Amino acid sequence: MNAASQSASPWLGMLALLFVAMFAFAFLRAEQQWQVAALAAVGTIGLLLMGRSNMRRIESSWAAHQSSMQWTAIVLSAIVIFLFREDHFALLMIATVMLFSVACLGLNVQFGYAGVVNFAGAAFLGIGGYTAAMLTARPGIPHGFVILVAGLLAGLIGSLLILPLLRTRGHYAALITIAFAILFRTFLEVSDTFGGPQGLKVSGLRIFGWSFNDNIETPWGGEYSFYLNYVILSFLLLGVAVMLVRRLEYSWLGLSLDAVRIDETAASVFGFDVARWKIVAFTLGNALAGVAGAVYAMMTGFVAPANFTLAESLILVSIVILGGVGNPIGILPAAALVLILPEKLQAIQEYRYLLFSLFVILVLLFRPEGLLPRRMRVYAPRWRSP
Amino acid sequence: MTAVLLDCRQLTVRFGGLAALNKLSIQVGSGEILGLIGPNGSGKTTFFNALTGLYRLDEGRVVFAGRDITGFRPQAVHACGIARTFQRSRLCLTLSVFDNLMIGNHRRLSLGFAFNLLRRKRFAAQLGQEVERASTLLSGFHRDLPARLFEPAAALGMIDRRRVEVCRALIGEPKLLLLDEPSAGMTHDETHELMDDILAARARLPGLSIVLIEHEMGVIERITDRCAVLNFGEKICEGAYEEVVADRRVQEAYLGVE
Repeated sequence: MNAASQSASPWLGMLALLFVAMFAFAFLRAEQQWQVAALAAVGTIGLLLMGRSNMRRIESSWAAHQSSMQWTAIVLSAIVIFLFREDHFALLMIATVMLFSVACLGLNVQFGYAGVVNFAGAAFLGIGGYTAAMLTARPGIPHGFVILVAGLLAGLIGSLLILPLLRTRGHYAALITIAFAILFRTFLEVSDTFGGPQGLKVSGLRIFGWSFNDNIETPWGGEYSFYLNYVILSFLLLGVAVMLVRRLEYSWLGLSLDAVRIDETAASVFGFDVARWKIVAFTLGNALAGVAGAVYAMMTGFVAPANFTLAESLILVSIVILGGVGNPIGILPAAALVLILPEKLQAIQEYRYLLFSLFVILVLLFRPEGLLPRRMRVYAPRWRSP
Repeated sequence: MTAVLLDCRQLTVRFGGLAALNKLSIQVGSGEILGLIGPNGSGKTTFFNALTGLYRLDEGRVVFAGRDITGFRPQAVHACGIARTFQRSRLCLTLSVFDNLMIGNHRRLSLGFAFNLLRRKRFAAQLGQEVERASTLLSGFHRDLPARLFEPAAALGMIDRRRVEVCRALIGEPKLLLLDEPSAGMTHDETHELMDDILAARARLPGLSIVLIEHEMGVIERITDRCAVLNFGEKICEGAYEEVVADRRVQEAYLGVE
């Protein structure tokens, strides 16, 4: 260990995680509008007071002690989730945040690593959701398999979009994905097979005879919300997705995606197959969104075109931008902010798109790399220069 | 000239009505350093771009190491053993020096999904080897560079960036190195230092051939075995440095004649 990793104390990072967990708990628990508003104000002021240098110190503490931070985060999340074991609404929010984070991790691979823009993220969530709706309607198909197929199908349909995407760049590629997002919704609205504007019902998840949509009866007579099932599943999914994306970043694959994003010409001269890497990132990202969409649809019990609009796609993109493009860790707090705040603070419900656009503009102006900027890739902590 | 490594015949690249390269024939021998000179816009960089597959040839053939590589895509050209630097530095500034070198080393890396995502121990072993290789290569250029392996490329000064760029081209062990004006943006002393490094690198890799685009005639005189002079996409003269600078057409086109 060199001087840098010694100087970053693990306690600072753990303390920060503890604060985040306590804040999340208080925020989800708050019921009165004034409480929510006060917490939002305290959070914003706290972040502003902390300033950039303290933020950086916390981040280096996290980076220097990755495995202990991971365990701390897991334990703290488990405690928070357990405290809400009987609260339907809070658990639904938690699961939603985690599933959207999985989808945003997918976008992060596409946009943050390979530089492929995707303004149709919600469409791929939708492909996952509709796959779940169609397949769960037929008895006898194991639901674990359904989730897998939803991911594969989203990846596959994404590869139809990749051909025009590879032939365009920048704004034009963005326009193609916007067009796809609009096409997707319109197609669903006019298609009878997919239930038209009313959408389809989706049956709850059932794995090995365990029905996710029944409340959990405890041996000592209590009853936990059925959403706890979905929270645990989403938690596991998110864990796998984070691990996948992290390993991707800290490998030759992540390096290849970076090379293609930063300078396509130089990459091709050094032997990179630019198209191949874009396809890899795009397909992987869409598959993650598809999986998240399937579980989300099973949890909420229905899918409708209105849930998978361009506006929803923009919400996904704004989560990635707020969190820090290319940084998987930033996505979770950003998703929590964007998804929970309007639900809790009803005053802004109507204005949420306005508010998030403002957020994104402010972040791009004052902190263009996002709330938690991506760090340079250093494969092992011992190589970090002092 | 020893065995011919690169044989370009009648290369022509047209942009609309303009022939950026006009029936250009150039040969490079094995282990030779060829200087490429000519006024701005005479087609030097176009030649590199056409050779590396970035531009499509309208006419002509390219034979490299006995193999016809005409019309190959950039990736395929690189796989044959041709690496280059760019006139304006194209390092990935936000990535570490090591990552930049690994971009040049891409062909040697294991890129399988299972290897990268699941076999992390084996990945770590390969990573260790590559760190070793990168350090060795860099230390041949400057002894302080290996210590900066995990700094962002943006933290380096101009001359070190150029060194890293040359190393990025060399780490893939090419047979032919194309250097596009490596002295651009550097002081006279820095240029001198970099050229020493390049000569030292070639001394360690005797089979390596180099084509060097350069404006500073001192550099050309010092390190090239032979020169070719371009003007308006055509080769107007070729030979040893002394012959070339004595040539009347070269003086008119390039060196300035009253």
